[in-house]
Amino acid sequence: MTETPLTGRARADRTPHTLAEWQAVGGYEAVARALKLPPAEVLDRVDQANLNGRGGAGFPAAKKWKFMPEPGKSPGDGPSYLVVNGDEMEPGAFKDRFLLEALPHQLVEGAIITAHATHATVAYVLIRDEYRTAIANVKRAIAEAEAAGLLGRDILGTGVSLTMKVKPSAGRYIVGEETALIESLEGKRAVPRKRPPFPAQSGLFGRPTTVNNVETISLVPHILDQGPQWFRALSRTEEGGTKLYAVSGRVHKPGLIEAPMGTTARELIERSGGVSGNGRLRCFQPGGGASGFLEEAELDIPLDFGHCARAGSMFGTGTMIVLDQTACPIGVLARHQRFYARESCGWCTPCRDGLPWVARILDALEEGTAKPSDLDVLRMTAAEAGPRGRTFCDLMGGAMSPLATALARFGDLFDAHLDGGCPIRRGIL
Amino acid sequence: MSLPDDLRTAILDAMDGFGGARPAMLESLRLIQQAEGWVSDDRLSQAAEVLGVSAAELENLATFYSMIFRRPVGETVILLCDGASCWLNGGDAVRDRLMERLGIGFGQTTADGKYTLINCACLGGCDKAPAAALGRDRRLVGPLDAAGVDALLEGRE
Repeated sequence: MTETPLTGRARADRTPHTLAEWQAVGGYEAVARALKLPPAEVLDRVDQANLNGRGGAGFPAAKKWKFMPEPGKSPGDGPSYLVVNGDEMEPGAFKDRFLLEALPHQLVEGAIITAHATHATVAYVLIRDEYRTAIANVKRAIAEAEAAGLLGRDILGTGVSLTMKVKPSAGRYIVGEETALIESLEGKRAVPRKRPPFPAQSGLFGRPTTVNNVETISLVPHILDQGPQWFRALSRTEEGGTKLYAVSGRVHKPGLIEAPMGTTARELIERSGGVSGNGRLRCFQPGGGASGFLEEAELDIPLDFGHCARAGSMFGTGTMIVLDQTACPIGVLARHQRFYARESCGWCTPCRDGLPWVARILDALEEGTAKPSDLDVLRMTAAEAGPRGRTFCDLMGGAMSPLATALARFGDLFDAHLDGGCPIRRGIL
Repeated sequence: MSLPDDLRTAILDAMDGFGGARPAMLESLRLIQQAEGWVSDDRLSQAAEVLGVSAAELENLATFYSMIFRRPVGETVILLCDGASCWLNGGDAVRDRLMERLGIGFGQTTADGKYTLINCACLGGCDKAPAAALGRDRRLVGPLDAAGVDALLEGRE
């Protein structure tokens, strides 16, 4: 279990534990321990553990938490909030679904400890509408914890209080962007906010708010249970802990793998039964739809936030999409861009109008109706609207990363598409 | 038809639980949809009245969030993933078979009112690609192929 602290207690069929069953395997011991410590001490341990947020950006969790003001130190009245982001929708990502469905009490524990460290007294768990089993399981876990005095007022007689609620969402990928998520919780269209102010200054209902991913929160109890040194030692790199990797696409046994942070793509693909299709790797995206393409030469880099960024990609959600030689990266890109175009909130013109344009060109390339000048449009868009480009949030910038890397790595393949459509589908390449 | 009492109560509870009318708006639409499959004009107006917001404000949310249905849907809603991982594993064949068997495209409902087909990515089922989510509990099914689609529609999984 210590090698897979996050998923080690899960059951194969994903049946969640009742509270009693969870406590029988050590559940809520971390809560009891953490609530006896001052918030700063809890934060310090997570800081020492080098826990990076698992939602995509990889921002250090403790650093985010440090921006949360102490009670009475923020202007105005009202509570501080913790928001758990369970709006998993990134192409290729299916890890949070597992944690929500199979290990809801672990999430509740993590939320209690995180809320304590960040002075939050109300926690929301936003879960996407399609994850109905997850919604039901987390709701049940919260009700059980409430009934046992593990949530609510004066938890375990420590004076710490936390109200926790599940809020089901209703579609739209952009809800997963943290400021859009806050807008959504307030009952508005999920359009991202300008930053600053950051959520820790002015978040949900204008109050200090921390937004963390499901996997990040689920790791927190283990840091309190076993200590920051142990947590760091789980990893092969500077970034602490294990990672719930996912592998999908052209592999024989797609699935989730909890492994040390810094595990290589080669190992993950091997553990997923190897490359399917013709058995020979063409390329892979290490962290979901918005991560840049990598190839054979990068199979042995340790997959974490730092190493993926240095390799010109992004670790993102750590959910890998694998392509063999008979799979076309331009086809994969076309599906991704259609998705991002559909999910744009529509606020910024480059995203609202640019993504459908990109998607149409990719479709035309597949069909064999694209012109050479279309490739110039793709190059221009990738260059002008890439990360930290000209839009309010990172949706378009993220969408441009796989496009930019595909143009750089597979230029010949783009050209080959100009002559009658996808050459891989037609069996020419 | 007036708003059933249980829905009115559920909306009022959502207002209590989520901090007022505005944060309960989306939940109100979800509650109506859960009970009736979709959100009709009448229900939208009635919910707005209970919430104390304008119907236009509620419509503003209903038209943004893609899983709020403002048209009637079939008894079984089929969400078919059109993401890359599903495509890499034969998603096009599943899509084609579903459309052929049902005689409808994405966003449409069969004439007998049994099925609505919607494309949706990513369903978080890439380990079961090509995947779909069906019915009220959005049960995840996969990996699908053409024969699997036939089995699913004929109730012999």
